[in-house]
Amino acid sequence: MSKAKPKVAFYWCSSCGGCEESIVDLAEDILKVVAAVDIVFWPVALDFKKKDVEAMPDKSIAVSFINGSVRTSEQEEMVHLLRRKSQLVVAHGACAHLGGIPGLANFWNKDTIFRTVYQTTASTDNPDKIVPQEKSDVDGHELTLPRFWDTVHSLSQIIDVDYYLPGCAPPRDLIINAVTAILEGKLPPKGSVLAPNKSCCDDCDRNDTKPEKLAIKEIKRPHEVLLDPKTCFLAQGIICMGPATRSGCGERCIEGNMPCRGCMGPTDQVYDQGAKFLSAFASILETNDEKEIERIVSTIVDPAGTFYRFSLPSSILKRKRMEAVK
Amino acid sequence: MSNGTFEPRLVGFLCNWCSYTGADLAGTARMIYAPNIRIIRVMCSGRVDPQFVLKAFREGADGVLISGCHPGDCHYKEGNYKALRRHRLLSKMLEQFGIEKERFRLEWVSASEGTKFQQVCNEFTEQIRKLGPLNLHQNGGRHEQGQA
Repeated sequence: MSKAKPKVAFYWCSSCGGCEESIVDLAEDILKVVAAVDIVFWPVALDFKKKDVEAMPDKSIAVSFINGSVRTSEQEEMVHLLRRKSQLVVAHGACAHLGGIPGLANFWNKDTIFRTVYQTTASTDNPDKIVPQEKSDVDGHELTLPRFWDTVHSLSQIIDVDYYLPGCAPPRDLIINAVTAILEGKLPPKGSVLAPNKSCCDDCDRNDTKPEKLAIKEIKRPHEVLLDPKTCFLAQGIICMGPATRSGCGERCIEGNMPCRGCMGPTDQVYDQGAKFLSAFASILETNDEKEIERIVSTIVDPAGTFYRFSLPSSILKRKRMEAVK
Repeated sequence: MSNGTFEPRLVGFLCNWCSYTGADLAGTARMIYAPNIRIIRVMCSGRVDPQFVLKAFREGADGVLISGCHPGDCHYKEGNYKALRRHRLLSKMLEQFGIEKERFRLEWVSASEGTKFQQVCNEFTEQIRKLGPLNLHQNGGRHEQGQA
């Protein structure tokens, strides 16, 4: 007499597929997961359709893991459907959590993106300036495409989200801990980010090499210098998002001798990761002279894109001012 | 805004030791200046988290002022220098968001400079009046999704 296994769904919105890969990367542990649950929907791997989900009773899925940001009407419809059918929804990965890399499109809008992608890039040959239409007529048949929005959203801006699995992609340990917690019913309060609530620097091996007082005179970019593999990046004048980023990622980038880019998002105490990093970073510039400050600031290429690399849609400003997009 | 004329909404973060006292002096001396600024007193201009500035813009401010002690005069030694560095970097970043740098101003006003505070408020109000409303409070909201 065995109890029915809990049902689990996986879905992707605007994402690269890396979060799907993070599930596959559980390797042999995925067998334990598969043994414990029934996967009822997983477009990347299994042949279930939307109608199969629609046919399920409401709240019959124990948990849906949804990755990717939301930027089309189709994605909106699917996440609403999964929300209705699921007891728990987990935003899986940086895009669902904060908006992620696709969220950088919020510095543009639909028209400017379509113009670049379908007309002006060097490799595009489109003399008739054809762009995707929501409705088009082909040999008497009407074809439809989802609506593409001006603004990219994180998952919680569209539906109620129970938990967040941060990271690009979420590290294996955090996924296993989350799945175990769900299966055992040992969950933290709703709305929690399922990762440690301390900064990346706290766990960083290079923390010991950080001087008592960080002072940056020149800002360098990783491709311009030979990076010391042991020394704190900020002490080397490299922009590293560690101070404003949540730990729990295993410092994979640092181990690869690249600075933190902020994919885990801010800690619970911070609302806007980019603004908080800007605050910390500006305060360690080693000069009080107005002209020198302006010179150093002028060497920072793309501060908005760097500080909000993964979190633009969930930031305070959310996007570039619509009237200013050209 | 009434009768179709635009009245700029300004938020000012003023340090307790110099600028707030300077503004108070302008008030007690009954100096007349544009009433557009909403003053928030903070202990130091270095206390102004960039999140405060973004939130002010997000919630409807057309311009944000940070005002502190003159360089060298900070009650906490170098809070105002931190404010200066943050201001320059944040101004650059705001431009990437389509927010003109004229909308975000940093001024040094001492406790005895009531007249300077009066002048800053008048100038800033006129400058923002020329720039027009920021219209940010609904930016990125769901209402845009209906637009093709």
